[in-house]
Amino acid sequence: MLLILWGVLIQFTIPIDNGDALKNAEADSQRTLYPYVTGTSIVAIKYKDGVLMASDMGGSYGSTLRYKNIERVKAIGKHSLLGASGEISDFQEILRYLDELVLNDNMWDDGNSLGPKEVHNYLTRVMYNRRNKFNPLWNTLVLGGVKNGEIYLGMVSMIGVSFEDNHVATGFGNHLARPILRDEWRADLSFEDGVKLLEKCMRVLLYRDRSAINKLQIAKITEEGVTVSQPYSLKTFWEFQAFHNPTAGAQGSW
Amino acid sequence: MFRNQYDTDVTTWSPTGRLFQVEYAMEAVKQGSAAIGLRSRSHVVLASVNKAQSELSSHQRKIFKVDDHIGVAIAGLTADGRVLSRYMRSESINHSFTYESPLPVGRLVVRLADKAQVCTQRSWKRPYGVGLLVGGLDESGAHLYYNCPSGNYFEYQAFAIGSRSQAAKTYLERRFESFNESSREDLIKDAILAIRETLQGETLKSSLCTVSVLGVDEPFHFLDQESIQKVIDTFEKVPEEEEDGGEAEAEAAAAPTEQGGAGDQDVAPMEM
Repeated sequence: MLLILWGVLIQFTIPIDNGDALKNAEADSQRTLYPYVTGTSIVAIKYKDGVLMASDMGGSYGSTLRYKNIERVKAIGKHSLLGASGEISDFQEILRYLDELVLNDNMWDDGNSLGPKEVHNYLTRVMYNRRNKFNPLWNTLVLGGVKNGEIYLGMVSMIGVSFEDNHVATGFGNHLARPILRDEWRADLSFEDGVKLLEKCMRVLLYRDRSAINKLQIAKITEEGVTVSQPYSLKTFWEFQAFHNPTAGAQGSW
Repeated sequence: MFRNQYDTDVTTWSPTGRLFQVEYAMEAVKQGSAAIGLRSRSHVVLASVNKAQSELSSHQRKIFKVDDHIGVAIAGLTADGRVLSRYMRSESINHSFTYESPLPVGRLVVRLADKAQVCTQRSWKRPYGVGLLVGGLDESGAHLYYNCPSGNYFEYQAFAIGSRSQAAKTYLERRFESFNESSREDLIKDAILAIRETLQGETLKSSLCTVSVLGVDEPFHFLDQESIQKVIDTFEKVPEEEEDGGEAEAEAAAAPTEQGGAGDQDVAPMEM
């Protein structure tokens, strides 16, 4: 029985004798129980010419913001963009799988190529199969791309739940960014408007998600190809009256 | 081809660099009843002659659906053909399951060819005794391939295999340059006319042939007897109606169906 309790994967098995308990401990070292270095939200939207995907560059080690230069959005083949939140080492493993997939696809050299839909479904199969073996890849993946004029955006979770939508977000993004997107997303967003919309979401996440850092990248994919922006920061405003004297109503608190 | 001391094993080369067992397997293809394939930019038509063991039995199935976008017509050992069709269906559905996307026919054909090659290089196997005409779609449009027992495969605009296929090939050779731009209806008509060539004089009836179509917006399916008969009726006149004279469809009046009875494979088919 699989249970994710407070971010930890627990498997319920009752050892029959001490031998089993030992076997369990050994067996546990062979599978993922909890994540160690994690990335926070990814936010992605479809726009007029393709897909825009934003992520920050932070890698948290528990509550410590340990790594500040992690690229969590990568190009896959000619037609797709993959963003990941969750365990960074598992993301790197997924990139290795996809590298092999794209390589074999290119080796055919026959005018057919893997589109975003194919990559998304391949990833869904991988994630779901790992989940069934109680050894998940601890990521939520966002897959976006354009092929033959068709714009595609989808998501796969660590338990293999997968779907497509006009805008997706992972982790905290689901709670903070998607409501904004539901109100303000339109199918014919220009590139500039799309970026503005994403920055609005990322700013909220920066204020409210403690694992977010103020160093983000926005990646764009269109029929022409992939561009990943240089890292940059958002302007923030801390002069709200409420922040000036936050303990005014409760002396002695902080 | 005569018996010689190098033809017992598929793993024995002849001094002239031939594998006779593989060539004998290709002979088996020539014994089967005819199968024909033609393609345009957007459609592929596969047709075959319905041969039955006896009047009492039903005819053998020679055309198989592999997927919505791929079909195969076989000639030769139909048992081998069935097994390979099952392999193709399996490959196709596995690809669809993992990638939610149709398997490009070009890739299926290579896997099929590699499978056939294995049987030409193992002492405990024999080559498949069946030729396959694989028609299907991929990103670049419609394709038609011929897979040989030798493990080779070739792409064709149009091709015919099986017994008396030479007559059909000659007909196709004269028309193939226009096939790319053909409409779906013209392609079907050409396929049925090519089938007629292989019949050498027998009156063409819809019960004698099986025709299948697939295209860019059309999943693989068989044409029913009625539709086939309608196409036949546009160019075949029943002998009693000869006196009615030239109809609007000036092509192929009743005379050709009588001439074709020469029975000689090398007789050039009449002008259409």
